[in-house]
Amino acid sequence: MAKAKPTACDNRTARLRDLHERMVLIRRVETRLGELFAEDEIPGFIHLSIGQEATATGIGAALGTDDTISSTHRGHGHALAKGMDLGGFFLELFGKADGICAGRGGSMHVADFDIGMLGANGIVGAGLPIALGSALAHQVKGRKSLSAAFFGDGAMGEGVLHECLNLASIWSLPVLFVCENNGWGEFSPSDKMLATTPLKLAAAFDVPAKSVDGNDVEAVADLAGTLSDAIRAGKGPHLLECKTTRVLGHFAGDPQKYRDPAEIEALAKKDPILRAERKLRRAGISAGDLAATSERIDNAVEAAIMQARNGANADFASAAAAVYAGGA
Amino acid sequence: MAEMRFMQAINRALGDAMEADADVVLLGEDIAAPGGPFGVTRGLLDRFGESRVRDTPISEATIVGASVGAALSGLKPVVEIMFMDFMTVAMDAVVNQAAKAHFMFGSQRPVPMVIRTPHGGGLNAGPQHSQCLEAWFAHVPGLKVVCPSTAADAYGLMRAAIEDPNPVVFVENKSLYPIKEDFPDEPSHVAIGAATIARKGGDLTIVTYGAARKTATDAADILADDGVSAEILDLRGIQPWDEAAVLASLAKTHRLVVLHEAVEAFGAGAEIAARIADIGFDELDAPIVRVGAPFMPSPFGRGLEAEYIPNAERVVAAARRVLE
Ligand SMILES: Cc1ncc(C[n+]2csc(CCOP(=O)(O)OP(=O)(O)O)c2C)c(N)n1
Ligand SMILES: [Mg+2]
Repeated sequence: MAKAKPTACDNRTARLRDLHERMVLIRRVETRLGELFAEDEIPGFIHLSIGQEATATGIGAALGTDDTISSTHRGHGHALAKGMDLGGFFLELFGKADGICAGRGGSMHVADFDIGMLGANGIVGAGLPIALGSALAHQVKGRKSLSAAFFGDGAMGEGVLHECLNLASIWSLPVLFVCENNGWGEFSPSDKMLATTPLKLAAAFDVPAKSVDGNDVEAVADLAGTLSDAIRAGKGPHLLECKTTRVLGHFAGDPQKYRDPAEIEALAKKDPILRAERKLRRAGISAGDLAATSERIDNAVEAAIMQARNGANADFASAAAAVYAGGA
Repeated sequence: MAEMRFMQAINRALGDAMEADADVVLLGEDIAAPGGPFGVTRGLLDRFGESRVRDTPISEATIVGASVGAALSGLKPVVEIMFMDFMTVAMDAVVNQAAKAHFMFGSQRPVPMVIRTPHGGGLNAGPQHSQCLEAWFAHVPGLKVVCPSTAADAYGLMRAAIEDPNPVVFVENKSLYPIKEDFPDEPSHVAIGAATIARKGGDLTIVTYGAARKTATDAADILADDGVSAEILDLRGIQPWDEAAVLASLAKTHRLVVLHEAVEAFGAGAEIAARIADIGFDELDAPIVRVGAPFMPSPFGRGLEAEYIPNAERVVAAARRVLE
């Protein structure tokens, strides 16, 4: 039988399957992280992005390995969507010697410079100028790359965002500002804390901006693609607001007493993964197919966890020798 | 004498100060409705209302800068910076504005404000959520710096800090928050800069502050088993610090170890050691030995952090050196 030429529709479905798979990976990784934290296998501060996978994934789909990103305290999804190796990721979260940051950084500091992931960050807003500087490097060196700066709605309170919008605008830097607007900054609802919106703020600095349903992975990928094309074409910085949902607490272990249980319950309807799955089913992908994807990912995640568990602990002498580059 | 947690003692001090003085206001991220990320300010919004207990956006530079302006205009702000690591974001307001306004403007106005901020490791919170940066602030003329180690001292120092006409950086070690201790029925103020003898001894003096007092006590227990009696002096105040109390203890023991959780190099201990080597030279029978964290950012991994934070064994080893 002659092979039919793939249609645009098939291509879209194939892309959605990839996006879906990436989201399932992030969800599975973070679900397990929550459990491992609760079981005290993983220490430290863990911020999960469950419910927000479509923003990381959709943006990630628009970026290549030569593009750079800076991330936030809630950065697992960004890292995995940029292509961070699962083994190195888990080893890091377990604090092991072979972790992607040699066990010195942990959840809030995962980074992999080889794939343009310039680091999650423990300081709200701090990733913004780092992405901006990376864009400056792209510009000065004449690279066609762009730099994406993830930030939460809460970071709009920090002056550094305003400074970055201004500087990116006057220097026409290849920056994609990505606001993950989940409506919360820790325990405070953002509508009480912010007098403006990301779009209005961007407009004040002449940065073109769009807003998207951040739980619709195709919509995010489409718009991120359009804005990235504009940035690569030399049209300067752009901002994309992804309206999304923080399903869990601010940090793993947060009982969320400050939140109306009805609000949390309503979030289930907006689940980005279930939405993608409904679309895939309509496009003819079978339930068995989806289950197979999920099983493959579970296996990969469990293997990475096992490897991390058994990895050697980070060793103090090598940490001490790493304070300065080029040896002490 | 009832029991009270360290964090409740701070909460009580804030509440009592607000009862006593309507000019005292609280500012910070998630301090009002949520009661603070560590629960230190719980209940104060209900007692004192939204005007005096304010949740702010994530805007450290502005809330500290605004506290300077408010202090220059008749309020006594107590601002919380959620982790001491985030003080960096507010550095201009602290160092160039708060610390200098009284001096630079010809003593026209005092700057009565307090910055409460937690420091310290033990939570595997990594390089940006564990730092002990108090020495930076102690280096800036115009700032006062305190770091209590007990619930009663936390209360007393907070009351004194709020009444002080100068900006005070009030450092709270986060590992102390949940610890329950005896608390006096009628707690009193503690003078800023007055040390206290945490344990009497005659063979050597361990000068410390904050959560490291517990480490010093553990070390003193180990030393006691060997018949060595260590005196522990809890500084409580870092800027100013109690030179006279250190000298008085040294006059008994003639041997000095300085201990803190902060990085040893260029830390508060360096100042204390240098100063005592000068004014206490005649009393010293051995070199002064410092114990602090190694010259490395606070690492994340469990084993790494455990090795990083100064422990009793290191203090005992330092004690043995000065006893040689
Ligand atoms: C400079 C600084 N201030 C405060 C914090 C504490 N903090 C961590 S996350 C956070 C809320 C951030 O909200 P948002 O930017 O909306 O991100 P989200 O947590 O919703 O992903 C706060 C206040 C911090 N890490 N850094
Ligand atoms: Mg948010």
